[in-house]
Amino acid sequence: MLTNADFLALAGEPGKFQAKINMRPRYIDADACTACGLCTQYCPKHQVDDYNEGLALTRPIHIDYAQAVPATYYIDPASCLHLQHDTCQICVPVCQSHAINFKQQPEERILEVGAVILSPGFGKIDTKVLEKFSYGKHPDVVTAFEYERMTTASGPFMGEIKCFSDGRHPRSMAFIQCVGSRDIGCNNGYCSSVCCMYAIKEALVTKEHDPEVDITIYYMDIRTQGKDFDAARERAEAIGIKFVRARVAGVTPWDKSLKLTYSTFDGQHKFVSHDLVVLSVGLESPKDAAKISQLTGVALNKYDFCATETFQPLQTSREGIIVAGAFQGPKDIPESVTQSSGAAALAAAVLRDQRGKGVVLKTYPDEQQVTPDDEVRVGVFVCHCGINISSVVDVADVAKYAGGMEGVTYYTESLYSCSQDAQEVLKQKIKEHKLNRVVIAACSPRTHEPLFQETLKDAGLNRNLFEMVNIRDQCSWVHANEPAAATDKSRDLVRMAVAKARHIQPLAEQTVPVTPRALILGGGVAGMTAALTLADQGYPSVLVEQGAQIGGNLQNLNYTLAGDQVAQHLKGLVDRIKKSKEIEVITNAELLQTAGFVGNFSSIIESGKGKTKKEQTVDHGVIVVATGGHEHRPDKYLLGQSKKVMTQMEFEKQLTGRAKNRAPGSIVMIQCAGSRGDDLSYCSKVCCNHALKNILKVKAINPDSQIIVLYRDMRAYGMAEDAYLEARKMGVVFIPYEVDRKPEVSQKSHQVQVSFFDSIMQEEVIMAPDLVVLSVGIVPDGTEKLSKLLKLPVTANNFFLEAHVKLRPVEMAVSGVYVCGLAHGPKPVDETIVQAQAAAAKAAIPLVKGFVTVDPIISCVDQDQCIGCGLCTSLCPYGAIEMKKVDKKRKAETITASCKACGICASHCPTFAISMGGFTNEQLISQIEAFGDRPKDMVEVA
Amino acid sequence: MGKAMNHREGSVMVLGGGIAGIQAALDLTELGYYVYLVEKSPAVGGVMAQLDKTFPTNDCSL
Repeated sequence: MLTNADFLALAGEPGKFQAKINMRPRYIDADACTACGLCTQYCPKHQVDDYNEGLALTRPIHIDYAQAVPATYYIDPASCLHLQHDTCQICVPVCQSHAINFKQQPEERILEVGAVILSPGFGKIDTKVLEKFSYGKHPDVVTAFEYERMTTASGPFMGEIKCFSDGRHPRSMAFIQCVGSRDIGCNNGYCSSVCCMYAIKEALVTKEHDPEVDITIYYMDIRTQGKDFDAARERAEAIGIKFVRARVAGVTPWDKSLKLTYSTFDGQHKFVSHDLVVLSVGLESPKDAAKISQLTGVALNKYDFCATETFQPLQTSREGIIVAGAFQGPKDIPESVTQSSGAAALAAAVLRDQRGKGVVLKTYPDEQQVTPDDEVRVGVFVCHCGINISSVVDVADVAKYAGGMEGVTYYTESLYSCSQDAQEVLKQKIKEHKLNRVVIAACSPRTHEPLFQETLKDAGLNRNLFEMVNIRDQCSWVHANEPAAATDKSRDLVRMAVAKARHIQPLAEQTVPVTPRALILGGGVAGMTAALTLADQGYPSVLVEQGAQIGGNLQNLNYTLAGDQVAQHLKGLVDRIKKSKEIEVITNAELLQTAGFVGNFSSIIESGKGKTKKEQTVDHGVIVVATGGHEHRPDKYLLGQSKKVMTQMEFEKQLTGRAKNRAPGSIVMIQCAGSRGDDLSYCSKVCCNHALKNILKVKAINPDSQIIVLYRDMRAYGMAEDAYLEARKMGVVFIPYEVDRKPEVSQKSHQVQVSFFDSIMQEEVIMAPDLVVLSVGIVPDGTEKLSKLLKLPVTANNFFLEAHVKLRPVEMAVSGVYVCGLAHGPKPVDETIVQAQAAAAKAAIPLVKGFVTVDPIISCVDQDQCIGCGLCTSLCPYGAIEMKKVDKKRKAETITASCKACGICASHCPTFAISMGGFTNEQLISQIEAFGDRPKDMVEVA
Repeated sequence: MGKAMNHREGSVMVLGGGIAGIQAALDLTELGYYVYLVEKSPAVGGVMAQLDKTFPTNDCSL
């Protein structure tokens, strides 16, 4: 990790690049700094805090935030009195660990690297663009980035939302969308693709802080096209956040508040006053995009984002250089994370032969032996989580209370237990006080338990000698208005955890070897890309396709919005698959059964038809689910009843044919046909762009064609906005319709009639177009069956549910199973390809490792007590307990690597013969008993 | 990380230490490559570290 580092030059070629880096001095010795913060307290100079978007002051010597990595302070040379004026140096004697070193010099380094990933992020919109909204002129106009810091509990105002002008709490607020995006005035014609989501998020957070505040979001189209994003918009509307479809012309100061002038779609000009205005500013290409392009030779697009192709979305114009994140185009966190994993797979393919040669394996100290006979020495660490916990719970009191408990030899509190310096403290205290059990009362074990367990391992303790108490979610959050009760409850929970901790024992970790092969379900673009990406890294796969040939939905597509010829790319993919020695394709095939666990799956595949039908068994280490989806055909708008009504996919086929009248003179397109609250509750993400693609094609064939598009929100996100603008310039008419006033299609003799309410003219219109084209949604293929077979969770809409929307977007909850493409959710080709590459990267991880570690929290049968009834075997949802003959008696035995530690077996065993590692009866009973031991002097809270 | 030597076989430079760069670096190390994560500011994390909650689940972003 090289921070404070500038990229200066790149020479060489793929596999052998030399990158020149300049490491700017921090003026603080990173090894010596303990991040105590004393220096900041003594530093006499103030400066604007950029981390807090300029809303707070900091000192030249500081750290941006407590959890920053590396947890080392730094001196900003631009404002430091010593570095600027050769004076001061107060910090030098103040620092107890003598970490301050003004003699540090910039250091140039040449890095020899095989591949480069560009992930420089995005830039911010120039404040000049914001001036028409009175930004910079009136203090109560803020950007969404500033507002984010204002609402943050650990931010400069501790989450209290106030107007800067006079400190009053705003009664009415406005969010103005598309500031600096979809705006050719500032040369940003594209849509930034994230602002609608963050505005809704910030509005929802504001309502949490103050339910009384009146919030209006002024928008042109709400583009919540992501998976399950529409639901959040609906939630926002349900709690009273107003959405007004309007373009805001300007904001002017008006008495104590601000006057917003806007025009609505029906041509009315209106104005309204608000106390606080938040500008939903877009994402720009990074400030140094031109420099990066010049240094690396990668091409940029017309908006200075990195130029890429639909079918190679992460490949820059230069071989060996890969792009990920917002530099490739504005995008949200899940997509950035997905792209990064995909980029990792591509870089790994470049350096296929050098894998493993440069890595340093992490080593742990020998594990300290802890036996039941040893004296129990518990350390309790209570976290403030900034003010997240401590603003409600009396942390000092809880820590002190813990200190008085049996077995507790050490207790303390910390500001952020998750910070890097806190890990050092934890390690040090474990050694210093010979702790052999650790209890941390902080946030959720779901997110932070692995971090603390890693620290325990670093300190030579078995990671299971650890208990975590969630006093954030369960105390400070849910009892935010009852500090005394929240503190009492924290004491209860800590007491219970300590009681349990006294009984916990180390558990041994097991490793199991991995079969280095992937099973890929689905031979569409997702499955094919995943197979090829794995093959490029040197791993074989078996590609199972239900149909007679591979290709999936690409076989029905002809061209893309960017102008690519789909057939040509499809042929390229299929040819590569056929040539690859690593990929075995089984067509007309179906997965019948899968047994085993990550690293060691065994599946039965049925293939062929009739007499050629056969079954084969495939052993594999991982599974990539790429089962795809298909067009939803709603039983509406005369689809299937009239030849003059068709879907966008059918229309695309007609347009690429040779029929004379393939691009007729009058066309009505109906968006969201059957989607967004109709047959399908969700948005299918691709239909708006599919319509635009076909519109441009029609106009190329028949420029005189009159096209009307009836829509709810045109979701031409990202660079597709250009196509939307182009279509409008060509005279295509876009008319929004309301959900309670949907267009109707009827048959009248030989004509189809479309009647709709024209929201621009404010009148009912009846038309008889030559053709009605429906933009229909996407439904997944066979997720229900597969979800049962592989025990994979699905969403309410039957798409597979990823393990974590942002942090693990292509992994499934079941280890060793990955998802990509339409099976995960509706998405266009480029995003599908990236996701497949990401899934291949993640799937390759266990294959590279060669072994998997089995979580030790699993069930264990005491065979002396087992009566062989078999109840556990019949109940286990994972097939992880089998009956065996031991000395001629039937006994249950856990298949350790298959066990998911759900505990069903243990809770049903009639003889209590089954215990769960880390959750034994003894441990749980002592925990429950401790709950009843609440000291009498504590106030009982009803 | 990164102190020892500048010549390692099988290494990748990731330019930019925001969420994208961090994820790419983590995946690459798990895939068996050495990574130089080059970040111009004093800490990694990028813009995500400035966010309070994240859409649509409103999880904490740190």
